[in-house]
Amino acid sequence: MKKSVFLGTLAATTMLAGFAAAGTLEDVKARGELICGANVALTGFGAPDAEGNYVGFDVDLCKAVAAAVLGDASKVKYVPTTGETRFTALASGEVDVLIRNSTWTYSRDTDLKFDFVAVNYYDGQGFMVKKDLGVSSAKELDGATVCIQTGTTTELNLADFFKANNISYTPVTVGDDSEAQRQYEAGACDAFTTDASGLASNRTAMADPANHIILPEIISKEPLGPVVRHGDNNWGDIVRWTYYALVAAEEKGITKANIDQIAASTTDPEVKRILGLEGDMGAMMGLDAEWAKRAIAASGNYGEIFEANIGAATPIGLARGLNAQWTQGGLQYAPPFR
Amino acid sequence: MTKSSLSFVRRDMLAPQSAPVTERGAVKWLRENLFSSIGNSVLTILGLLVLFWIVQASLPWLLNGVWQANSLGECRTIIAATAGEGASGACWAMIAQRWNQFMFGFYPKTDYWRPILSFALMFVALTPVLYYGLRRAAMLMVGTVGVLAVLSLALVQTDGWHDALVAAVMLGLFAVAAIMPKKLVWVTLVFPAVGFFLLWGGSVWGPVGTLFGFGIWVAIWLVLQSRLGVVVPAAIGLVAASLWWLVLQTSVTTALHGIAPLGLTAIDSDQFGGFLLAFVIGVTAISASLPIGILLALGRQSDMLLIKTLSVGFIEFVRGVPLITMLFTASLLLQYFLPPRTNFDLILRVIILVSLFASAYIAEVIRGGLAALPRGQYEAADALGLDYWQAQRLIIMPQALKISIPGIVSSFIGLFKDTTLVALVGLADPLQGITKIVRADIAWKGIYWEPFIFVGAIFFLFCFGMSRYSMYLERKLKTDHR
Repeated sequence: MKKSVFLGTLAATTMLAGFAAAGTLEDVKARGELICGANVALTGFGAPDAEGNYVGFDVDLCKAVAAAVLGDASKVKYVPTTGETRFTALASGEVDVLIRNSTWTYSRDTDLKFDFVAVNYYDGQGFMVKKDLGVSSAKELDGATVCIQTGTTTELNLADFFKANNISYTPVTVGDDSEAQRQYEAGACDAFTTDASGLASNRTAMADPANHIILPEIISKEPLGPVVRHGDNNWGDIVRWTYYALVAAEEKGITKANIDQIAASTTDPEVKRILGLEGDMGAMMGLDAEWAKRAIAASGNYGEIFEANIGAATPIGLARGLNAQWTQGGLQYAPPFR
Repeated sequence: MTKSSLSFVRRDMLAPQSAPVTERGAVKWLRENLFSSIGNSVLTILGLLVLFWIVQASLPWLLNGVWQANSLGECRTIIAATAGEGASGACWAMIAQRWNQFMFGFYPKTDYWRPILSFALMFVALTPVLYYGLRRAAMLMVGTVGVLAVLSLALVQTDGWHDALVAAVMLGLFAVAAIMPKKLVWVTLVFPAVGFFLLWGGSVWGPVGTLFGFGIWVAIWLVLQSRLGVVVPAAIGLVAASLWWLVLQTSVTTALHGIAPLGLTAIDSDQFGGFLLAFVIGVTAISASLPIGILLALGRQSDMLLIKTLSVGFIEFVRGVPLITMLFTASLLLQYFLPPRTNFDLILRVIILVSLFASAYIAEVIRGGLAALPRGQYEAADALGLDYWQAQRLIIMPQALKISIPGIVSSFIGLFKDTTLVALVGLADPLQGITKIVRADIAWKGIYWEPFIFVGAIFFLFCFGMSRYSMYLERKLKTDHR
């Protein structure tokens, strides 16, 4: 029974992948709506607000893609996905693109038959400890109790890190982020580990943020990015280059506010190509000339999106760090629009 | 016998004395109930200590509760200002600001009257089921629900037009309950379609068409039943109704919609959430699982091999699989089996699988009731010359269902609480889904107990209500004068 169901599923998947290859772009256009697999509960990255409108760093990328493809940033349907359901939702065609803080790993890219088309946030696992513990480096955490979410890659990273440094720890396993914070605040563990962006927002939410420090060590690489299905390369290109248009716009100083002004006055040939004033860049992907202009106008360039949702001015207050432009010592680097 | 040998005889009555202090009042109660032995005394003292400890730990937290604030940080400032530095307190302000999401999910605010009206109608539809033909009970139920519905409309600030509409509907139903309470059963029959139309909106002709299909089914059954018995006409009716549903309905309703485009704004399933979602799933699954469960229980007792095997197979398979597996099947696996690009609504998929899951359990509960009936009851039914369905309807089921009431109701309560598991497939249930969403807001991040207490209290209210009703029903139906 089990085997036949499995085989049936496999056959159906293969068939479906075949169908899906027919063109996500055409589907989206015909539907008049982009279906975006979203996170419903990640502070700053993706969550509905009090009115039920999705907001966040990842959500703004969904909007940019919708603006590029459909000409309207509001034509997005957000399908809530959980850690368990996200990849099946994408593979079965329930969503067109998954923009939900998913870590790019080898097996997800190859074995699960997905394409990670870009990295919109470079994250990494860090530690938070109470100041009065007197620890300034993660390597001094020998013998510490550590609050850790079960069933995540962070759990494995933690084990690897302590093993590599030949120190010991006692894990206190918790179900989710809020429980971890609660246990840590109640003193059930000395250190709390998760992605650095999560640590920052958890710290903000504490009663006494000043009494907690985030240790300098980042013990893993967590490149988070939008994911599409294998096999539909044109759709992958659209998502990838929409994202790069946002990055390039920041590099070129194109913002939501000045985009029309720049379009009217620019002499930079690359800016002209991005904004669709020269060449036929859009047509190469089956879009019109102004696709990138609309994507940038939707929520602003990469830097604006970052600052509006998770940047230093927000309560979450993340620094750009690795996510700065390559010209500023970060890793965000858009290939040339040519 | 001489006079001198007579002993003393009292001539006046002794004044009555009150019982010894250990045998009356609070002392007696304490002695008998709390300190009847050394072991019990120790347990009592331990219990009191635990109680004291719980109250001591939670009372300041509850008393320091803040109802007016815009973020958790603000709550903390207010608590520190009123109760002193380092005091802990509940931040109910989160509930005050986000209660509508716990109740309705992301249902559009201007349309809140729709779930409220359908919730009120649900109780009206339940009235004939719970209190068939009882005028006073029906009036009380419909009246109370009507008043509460209008009050809650005022609470969610609905516009006057819809207030008036709901008030008129409820007044009309109250009149029906007062004049001919038995006619309320019609509300019960059309409620599934009305409720669907109110909640999801869209064209009015869709639900009407679906109801019409059931009408065809019943009509065929009534016409043929006298000649062909129970089962065959039901099957013919089903085939005819399915033909209508699958082949004709869409074109007819589209045409009708073209002529008279009546309807409400369509609401997408992903805007459902909170208790609205829990009730939609719970109530539908509960009402669907009872009839399916009865049929399965009868099927399991049947002499016909095929029916018996199918029933047993279904029941055992479904009972052997955890609900979470069914939910993941609904959300993930079904997508693979359906043709590509069919958008089969997730809530609908979940409702269907939860109903099937619950019906397997109900079937076993009812089988217990059937097994408890003495063989003589079946034989008596046969001796009276009743056919199978008559015997079931008039003799067997009324008794078997009565025996099964506690089991059925506890299955229902369990099912209602199980609706929170849908969080695992990404639906916004009140306990986990909405709580997570609220916590993702940086203003409320770090809040922990308050949403759980709030949601738990509401669940308790409804489950306790169901349990009390089942006890009332058991008392009412108790006929054995034991």
